Amino acid sequence: MLDKNQIAQRIAKELKDGFYVNLGIGIPTLVANYIPEGINVTLQSENGLLGMGPFPLEGEEDADLINAGKQTITTLPGSSFFDSAMSFGMIRAGKVDLTVLGAMEVSENGDIASWKIPGKLVKGMGGAMDLVASAKNIIVAMMHTNSKDESKLLKRCKLPLTGINCVKKIVTNLAVLEITDKGFRLLEKAPGVSVEEIKSKTEGNLIIDSEIPDMEF
Amino acid sequence: MKKVYKNAGEAIFDISDGNTLMLGGFGLCGIPENCITALEKKGVKDLICISNNAGVDDFGIGLLLKNKQVKKMIASYVGENAEFERQLLNGELDVELIPQGTLATRCMAAGYGIPAIYTPAGVGTEVAEGKESRVFKGKEYLMEYAFEADFALVKAWKGDTAGNLIYKETARNFNPLMAMAGQVTIAEVEELVEAGELNPNEIHTPGIYVHRIFQGNSYEKRIEQRTVRKG
Repeated sequence: MLDKNQIAQRIAKELKDGFYVNLGIGIPTLVANYIPEGINVTLQSENGLLGMGPFPLEGEEDADLINAGKQTITTLPGSSFFDSAMSFGMIRAGKVDLTVLGAMEVSENGDIASWKIPGKLVKGMGGAMDLVASAKNIIVAMMHTNSKDESKLLKRCKLPLTGINCVKKIVTNLAVLEITDKGFRLLEKAPGVSVEEIKSKTEGNLIIDSEIPDMEF
Repeated sequence: MKKVYKNAGEAIFDISDGNTLMLGGFGLCGIPENCITALEKKGVKDLICISNNAGVDDFGIGLLLKNKQVKKMIASYVGENAEFERQLLNGELDVELIPQGTLATRCMAAGYGIPAIYTPAGVGTEVAEGKESRVFKGKEYLMEYAFEADFALVKAWKGDTAGNLIYKETARNFNPLMAMAGQVTIAEVEELVEAGELNPNEIHTPGIYVHRIFQGNSYEKRIEQRTVRKG
């Protein structure tokens, strides 16, 4: 079973040289720590920055320079600033190659629920609905089950949706899966995890059409 | 007509109860601090505020919420404010949540004189309820109207007496869009210079959109999440 950092590490393998990437809050943010050597990616922060760098050194924090999680950050050579309409314009126009975000539920047809739990306080969708409605390639980073050990990979999402038919791939603590016309296709399993366990923890239709290899990092 | 005002109190003189205001900023970054303090002092009530976020308990729009001056909040994410939560759960505050890109583009549309936009954000979700939709090249889009606001309150880094504005780093965010969208746009700047002193090549918001401008003071520029790395 993977921890959060290992999920991020596995997702980082999906990055290709030259990609523009938007990383959501939580596990997706950690992907930036595992960008493979020799691969150059540009991180987009939807509050208006391309070319996001690491956190600043202590004493060099700049209140005018933050990421979408409102954390102080830095810029890298070649970076640029823009307004929020242009930021979502480049997302909507499909210029951003990959979006990685967290989710509460994903359904077998690629619907995602990530912003609202009825009865609990709603904080808002932020930029998630815009991202999932437009991104060319969406990878969800999440745990395979919720705190009650119930599957988060469902036939149909139970929670209010963030977007429909949009998720392409899911990396969980147990497996890598892709969304197909017929459901979740199992691609890889986490080291030490059995296909049986993945089956038992996936409520949606799970397609196993070959020998399932262990994930590599 | 003279655009330069002495301070926030003078610049917001005619903002009244029930007005719709746009307030620039993302989180606490690039918010019109001086105008918010002046609104708090003036005590205008029943405001409808369009802003990406709602501040924190004791800063930003949080100050107006604490003072019960806000009737309705139109935002994309409002998670950082306990007083907001209390008023919402008590039914004292009306909230409309809008996808962030839609929020930004509805401001942009207003400034470009376009009555509505089509966006895929929210298709198939509760955001789409009651909205007109249309299919272009096989993909569904929602029609979203341009915002209308009595006043836009924005914050820039530098400005000149002609109303031209330059923003700094990610403090730009919603500010140029809202500056274009207000019936009356009030800009507060960290440094106000004479017309001619800013390079026209570097202007982000042309002065035509800015009706009033003043140099703010005592900027706190509070950081919401101070994150650093070891050297």
